[in-house]
Amino acid sequence: MKKALGAVAVAAAAALALSACTGSGSSNQAASGGEAKGDISYWLWDANQLPAYQQCADDFHKANPNINVKITQTGWDDYWTNITNGFVAGNGPDVFTDHLSKFGDFVKNNQILALDDAVKNDNVDLKQYQKGLADLWVGKDGKRYGLPKDWDTISLFYNKDMVAKAGLTADQLGTLSWTPQDGGTFEKTVAHLTVDKNGKRGDEAGFDKNNVAVYGLGLAGSGSGNGQTEWSWLTGTTGWTHTDKNPWGTKYNYDDKKFQDTIAWFHSIIDKGYMPKLETTVGASVADTFAAGKAAINANGSWMIGQYFGYKGINVGLAPTPTGPDGKRASMFNGLADSINAATKNPAAATKWVEYLASPACQDVVASKAVVFPAISEATDKAAAAFKAKSVDVTSFTQQVKDSTTFLFPITENAAKVDGIMKPAMDGVFSGKAPASSLTDANSQVNALFQ
Amino acid sequence: MTTTSVGTRKPARRSTESDGPKRTALRRGLGDLRVALLFVAPALVGFVLFYLVPTIRGIYLSFTDYSILGNPVWVGVKNYVKIFQDKLVWNAMGVTLEYVLLNIGFQTVIALGLALLMYHVAKSTLIRGVLLLPYLVANVIVALLWFWMLDYQIGIVNQVLQWIGIPRVAFFGNEFWAIPTVAFVNVWRHMGYTALLIFAGLQAIPGHLYEVANLDGASKWQTFWKITMPLLRPVLLLVMVVTITGSFQIFDTVAVTTQGGPVNASRVIQYYIYQRAFSQQDFGYGSALSVILFIILAIVAFLQMKFLRGNENDLS
Repeated sequence: MKKALGAVAVAAAAALALSACTGSGSSNQAASGGEAKGDISYWLWDANQLPAYQQCADDFHKANPNINVKITQTGWDDYWTNITNGFVAGNGPDVFTDHLSKFGDFVKNNQILALDDAVKNDNVDLKQYQKGLADLWVGKDGKRYGLPKDWDTISLFYNKDMVAKAGLTADQLGTLSWTPQDGGTFEKTVAHLTVDKNGKRGDEAGFDKNNVAVYGLGLAGSGSGNGQTEWSWLTGTTGWTHTDKNPWGTKYNYDDKKFQDTIAWFHSIIDKGYMPKLETTVGASVADTFAAGKAAINANGSWMIGQYFGYKGINVGLAPTPTGPDGKRASMFNGLADSINAATKNPAAATKWVEYLASPACQDVVASKAVVFPAISEATDKAAAAFKAKSVDVTSFTQQVKDSTTFLFPITENAAKVDGIMKPAMDGVFSGKAPASSLTDANSQVNALFQ
Repeated sequence: MTTTSVGTRKPARRSTESDGPKRTALRRGLGDLRVALLFVAPALVGFVLFYLVPTIRGIYLSFTDYSILGNPVWVGVKNYVKIFQDKLVWNAMGVTLEYVLLNIGFQTVIALGLALLMYHVAKSTLIRGVLLLPYLVANVIVALLWFWMLDYQIGIVNQVLQWIGIPRVAFFGNEFWAIPTVAFVNVWRHMGYTALLIFAGLQAIPGHLYEVANLDGASKWQTFWKITMPLLRPVLLLVMVVTITGSFQIFDTVAVTTQGGPVNASRVIQYYIYQRAFSQQDFGYGSALSVILFIILAIVAFLQMKFLRGNENDLS
């Protein structure tokens, strides 16, 4: 018995020693120039975009016959687990689609390569991208860790038939205004589009808020700490920002009255029966519920265009988000980029591929497939035209960028921990269990993470 | 018993003919050990590689600050101190306990009923097989299936409720219903399998005991409580130890449905461990929570064995 235990201890010690050796990469620059050849792997999560990027990979191979790109697509949840495991085990992808909420931690642990030298030596034009997108990917250390590939904003998707039946026009939906005090014409419209089981509208006498057949506004959830599609398009119009500065803020502002008033307004329209209760949103996605005719309006991101317009028998229209107290609209502006794994065995080929992905050659291909908006300004216009050819007018998404009414996705450290605190806190307010002022307490917990 | 004694006696007799008794005993012991090791090796390697080493490493990690991408940093008992101050841990323990009580309570009673039905009434193999069907479907599939059927807006169950005239229920979204719903889903999946285990125990009870009870004029009720239950106890206990331990480890159903919500209503301990370790990259804290769960489960299993006298059989 003693012997066996001794052997086990040796084995355990060996395992510990082995594990201690891994994960000690150092932050260095991506190689540029030199001979690029061999196989590289590329990962992405969006199945809708796979055909576009496969086309890019094929074109790239034609131009560089010595390099083969192998693309692997996995769903969002598995994707990040696989990336993390790949980093630890040393068999991750050479190049992968990166997200703003994740790359801070990758930089901190030296898992991805800086691209500054490559950008300088290969003359990558950072001005060709939509304003602000390239700078999102500059880490806290001032180095660049990704080249932008696409962007997204928020719009209102609405059920055209329901809107017509309510006697509203597309113009009216395109010129809504909102205030946190009375909800403005936006709340009036949402109320009018709400219909109870007896056919009474939300703004009519005798409306039964406990038996609603169609909600004016659909709800995806409480939005946790960033509320990208849930509430950020309204909080943004009040002058409120998530953090003291962006990117790399160190103080969150959930204790601000402007923010809490907006969240309180959301809770008020749930109370009035114009938006479904939070508890009813656990399950089918907000888009599927919309397609089932249970909601007249959904606020959602441009990456959802394909899904909303793909539903059979639903006549979908697009309207910009309402203007707020400052008279302007607001939308979160989020972008993806491609990053290089620091452990890549083929940095030269990986760099070449990242540069190709960020070039007009590939982004025009992506634009032509009309699935997302590419980061390069001209490719964005081409994508808008491609959407138009599918009879989808995407002006409500692009207008916010043209008018500079967008604000950037909040990038900070501790993103996952912030989410861990804010998800239950926001759930509590949306479900009416706690007042909006309880978010002040959550805010101090969040800010304690940065001390 | 008989087979082993026959097996050992034979080589012993053969060796007496050639060598002295003392030396052969030793050699035989060693020879057996070698053969035994050969047979045990696959299981032993698996045990060491997949249970023992990870457990020891987990205990080590529980004393460190470890974000998986960097190296573990030794922090002593800091994680354990934090756990005792963490309100969410206590909430998770309460929620898990509520789940275990609901799940085990309903599951055991229903399974016992099903087993009795299988034993006395449903003797067709087909029906007995059908009872096992839910267990043959993967956990995640079962969870997703019910997640859709119980959906508030477009689920079939709520549609039926509405036809009957009962208001819709947000099964997974409501704070009160979330845990009972998760418990119900797992009762549905596991009851057939648990019933099968109990059924095997029923078959092991000698039939003559029932005949004697019948002759003595015992009622069905008396027979059940005085004969079936006491004799079923060892099997029932084994079933309980296994199902309770499994029940404490509830994770997959929560992960694919409520994800801990609403607020913290279904944040069971395993899901909380997962969130801390894998979502928030706090592997040290997650490991410390796992060690505590390990200790709790060991105590629960020990108490069950002790108080329900699992290693004794009333037949002997």
